[in-house]
Amino acid sequence: MVSGILLLRRQPSVVPGFGITLGVSLTWLSLIILIPLAALFLKTTELSFERFVAIVTSPRTLHALELSFGLALAAAATNLVFGLIAVWVLVRYEFPARRMFDAVIDIPFALPTAVAGIALTNLYAENGWIGSLLAPLGIKVAFTQLGIFVALVFIGLPFVVRTVQPVLQDLEAELEEVAATLGASRWTTIRRVIFPTLVPALLTGFALAFARAVGEYGSVIFIAGNLPNVSEIAPLLIIIRLEEFRYADATAIAAVMLVASFILLLIINLLQRWSERRAGKR
Amino acid sequence: MSFNPVIQSQETVDLLATSFAPALVMHRSRRDGRADPLWLQWTLTGVALFFLTIFIVIPLVNVFAQALAKGVAAYVAAISHPDALAAIWLTVVAAVVAVVLNVVFGTITAWAITKYEFRGKSLLISLVDLPFSVSPVISGLVFILLFGAQGYFGPWLQDNDIKIVFAVPGIILATVFVTFPFVARELIPLMREQGIQDEEAALSLGASGLRTFFRVTLPNVKWALLYGVLLTNARAMGEFGAVSVVSGHIRGETNTMPLHIEILYNEYQFMAAFAVASLLAFLALVTLVAKVVLEKRIARTTR
Amino acid sequence: MKIGIQNVTKRFDAFVALDRVNLDIHSGELVALLGPSGSGKTTLLRIMAGLDWPDSGSVWFGGENALALGAAERHVGFVFQHYALFRHMTVFENVAFGLRARPRHQRPSEPAIRKRVGDLLDLVQLSWTAQRYPDQLSGGQRQRIALARALAVEPRVLLLDEPFGALDAKVRKELRRWLRTLHEDIQITSVFVTHDQEEALEVADRVVVLDKGHIIQTGTPQQVHDRPTSSFVHEFIGDSVALPVTVTGGEVRFDGSPIAIDAQGVPDGGATLCARPYDIAIHAGSIAGGLTGEVRRLYGLGALRRAEVALRTASGEHLVEISTPRALPVGVGQIVSLAPQSYRLFPLTAA
Repeated sequence: MVSGILLLRRQPSVVPGFGITLGVSLTWLSLIILIPLAALFLKTTELSFERFVAIVTSPRTLHALELSFGLALAAAATNLVFGLIAVWVLVRYEFPARRMFDAVIDIPFALPTAVAGIALTNLYAENGWIGSLLAPLGIKVAFTQLGIFVALVFIGLPFVVRTVQPVLQDLEAELEEVAATLGASRWTTIRRVIFPTLVPALLTGFALAFARAVGEYGSVIFIAGNLPNVSEIAPLLIIIRLEEFRYADATAIAAVMLVASFILLLIINLLQRWSERRAGKR
Repeated sequence: MSFNPVIQSQETVDLLATSFAPALVMHRSRRDGRADPLWLQWTLTGVALFFLTIFIVIPLVNVFAQALAKGVAAYVAAISHPDALAAIWLTVVAAVVAVVLNVVFGTITAWAITKYEFRGKSLLISLVDLPFSVSPVISGLVFILLFGAQGYFGPWLQDNDIKIVFAVPGIILATVFVTFPFVARELIPLMREQGIQDEEAALSLGASGLRTFFRVTLPNVKWALLYGVLLTNARAMGEFGAVSVVSGHIRGETNTMPLHIEILYNEYQFMAAFAVASLLAFLALVTLVAKVVLEKRIARTTR
Repeated sequence: MKIGIQNVTKRFDAFVALDRVNLDIHSGELVALLGPSGSGKTTLLRIMAGLDWPDSGSVWFGGENALALGAAERHVGFVFQHYALFRHMTVFENVAFGLRARPRHQRPSEPAIRKRVGDLLDLVQLSWTAQRYPDQLSGGQRQRIALARALAVEPRVLLLDEPFGALDAKVRKELRRWLRTLHEDIQITSVFVTHDQEEALEVADRVVVLDKGHIIQTGTPQQVHDRPTSSFVHEFIGDSVALPVTVTGGEVRFDGSPIAIDAQGVPDGGATLCARPYDIAIHAGSIAGGLTGEVRRLYGLGALRRAEVALRTASGEHLVEISTPRALPVGVGQIVSLAPQSYRLFPLTAA
C-alpha cells in the first residue's frame, strides 16, 4: 500500500500527510462508491449473455429505456434554448427582481425531488392551477408523457444556466466592441463572436441536464401515471422489478443505465476540458 | 476581472425616461457595441421570466399554498402527527451522520487532491463526482445487491442478525453515497486556487502538519466548507430515490420525510403531504439564501 | 550561519531547474540570487528553506546536514513574493504564529510573545497595525509584516523570494534601502532572489548570477558589473551593447570588416563584443577600423543623450544604442563611426 502510494507520487511536497490522506481518501471512496458500483457489475456478470439481452430487449424494458432517454433528450434540448435565453437576460439586462430570479434558478437543485414531484402533479392535474387552464384546450399534462417532460425540464434547468452563466459573464466586452468597430452587425457579432464562445459551456450544460434527467426518479413518478409501456420510466421499472424480487432484471436495467451514465460523464469531462481551453484557463 | 455589464448609467436612465415610462426598467448599455435593441430586450426578458415563473416559481409557491389550504390548525396537526415526527427525526439523524462523515472524508479527499501532485489525480476527481451521475435508484440498488437478503453479504448479515437494508443503516449508507461529492466539490476548486503557499509559510515558521491544517488551511476554506455542509444537508434531507429503494417504507420506523410525503400523497392526504413538503421547501429556501451569502464570502477568500 | 550547497541538481519532469550547483554563503552575508525567470534561482532558495528537495547533492547549515531537516525544523525565515500572510489573523497573530506554533516546553510565555511581536513591529515601523488584518494594509506594509513574521522565530537564515517583486517602483526603492539598513542592524545570513539587477547591485554584499540552472558568476556587485566573465552577465547586468563578431588570427571583424580593437586573447571563431553604451566613442564620418553606421534617432535628457545608430551589414542592419556627450555635433541621418573604448570580447561557447 505504502509503496503503491509512493509510486503514485509525482513530486515530493513539503506539505506533510500525503500517504495518510490519500490512503484514507482511496479507502473511503472504495468502500462507499467503488465497491457498491462494482457489485452491480459483478451481479450483471452472473447473468448469461442471452439472459441479459432478453431482459434488456423485452418490450417493456425497451419502452422504459426509450422513454427515459427520449424525454431526457427533449427536456435537455428545451432547457438549452430557454436556459440560454435566461442566462442572456440575467447577465445582460437590468430589471426589477433580477437578483431574485437569479437565485430562483437554483430551486430545482435545492428542492427535494419528492416535493417537486407532488407540487408539479398538483399544478398540472385537471383541477390544478395550470392544469385547469390547459384542460379546456384539450391538453392533458399530469399522468402523461408530457407530465414527465415537464418534470425533467424542471430539474434540468439549473444545469444549463449555471454552466453557461459564468462564461457569458467573463466574456470580455472588448471582443464585442472590436467586432462592432470592425463593422459587424449586432446579429453577426452574436452569431460569430459570442455564440461560438458559449458553445462548449452550452454542450456541457446540455449533457449535465440530460444525464440528470435520464436517472431522475422522485420528481417524475408522481406526475407520470406509471402505466407500463406508456409512461413508465426506467428507474421506476428497476424498483418494480426489485419489489417483484426479480433482482436479475433490476440489475440488468441498472447496468445499462450506469454504462450510459459513464459514457455521458466521459463526454462531459471532455467538454469541460474543451470549455476551459476555450476560456483560456489552461 | 469580470466586466459588470449591468452598471446603470445616468445616461441610460435619461434615455429611458424620455423614450419609455416602463414598469420594467430596461437597461440600455452605454457601450454601443453590446447593446441589444429594446424590443429584443423586452421579448427575451418576457420569455425568460415567463419560463422561470411557470416552471420554478409557481411550483414552489404551490407547495406552500397547498400546505396551508385547510388552515394553520390542520397544517400544525399534519406536521405533528407521530408518523410525521418519526420521519422528521429519522431524516435529521441520517442527515447529521451524512454531514459528519462527508465533512471528514470530503475534506481529507480535497486536501489530498489539491495539496499534492500525483499520478491518477484526474481519475480520483472523476471518482469523487461519480455519485452525481448515477441515478438515485441505482444508488439504492447497489446497497441491496451488497447487503440485501440475496446480496453478497446478505447471508453473513442474516447469520449475525445485522440488518442494513430496509433499516436505518441502509438509509444512512445510501444518503452518504449520494451526498459524498458536495463537500469535496466545494473545497477542491477553492483549495486549488489558494495553492500551498500559506501552508509553506506556516511550516517554515515551525508549525506541525496538523497545526497548519487547523490554524491555516481550515480558516481559509471555512465558508466553502460551510456551504458544502449546507448542500450536503439539503440533499441528505431531501433524497428520495436512493432512500426509497433501501428503506422498506416501514411507517414510524424507516420512513424519512420524502418517503412520508409519498405515502401521504398516495393515500390522497394531499394537504398533509404538502404540509410535510413545505418543511423541506423551507429548508431549500434557507439553503438558497445561505448560498447567496456564502458565495460572496467565498469569493473574498480567493486571491 | 554559513550555508554550503554542494552539487545540487533538481529536475521538474524533463526540465532541469538546477544542474550541479555549488555555492557557499558566509555567515552574516547578504546574498542576491540574480537571474532571468527559469534560471533556477527560486528553486535554489526553496531548497535552502526545505520547501523543495533536490534530486541529488547536499545542503549544509554550518556543519549540519540541512536535508535531514524538514521545513519546520530548519529555523529559516522565509518571505514569500506574495507575502502569504494569513488573512484570517490580525497582524499581531501573524507575527506571533511561529512562536505559538512551538511545542509547549519551548514556547515563550504570553508576555514574552507580546514583547517580541511588539519589538518586531517596532523594527518594521508598523506597531500601529497590530490589530489590523492583512487586507487593510498596503503592499509595502504587508511585505514588512511578512518579514517581521519570518524574523519572529529568530531564524538562523533569512530567505526572501522576490521580496519587492509585487510592489510599485517607489515603494520598492524605499524598501530596498530599508532592507539594507535592517541587515546591517541584525547581521543575519540572508539570501534574496531577484530578477532586477539594479536591486541586486544596490542591496547585496555579493551577487550570484544564475542562468538555465547554472551559476554563471559570483562576486561583489562591483565585480559582476565591471568584470563580467561572460556576455550573458555583461548583457544582464547594466546597460550593454552586444555585437556578433568573428575573430581570425587576432583580428576582430564585424560583418566581414575589420575593427580596430584587440582580440583580448579570444581564440579564432565566433565571439560577442560587449561594451557599455557610454564606453563607445562616436565620430562624424566613416573612419577605417570603426563601426560605420547612420544615426537614426537622438533623444535623452540630462548630461548624456542617447543615439540610435544603424550599423550596415550584409543581411540588413544592426541597431545599437549608445550614449554621447550632449555637445557632440551629430545629427539624424549623419554617417558616423563608432569606436569601443572599453569593451570585452567573449568567445561564443562561453555564453
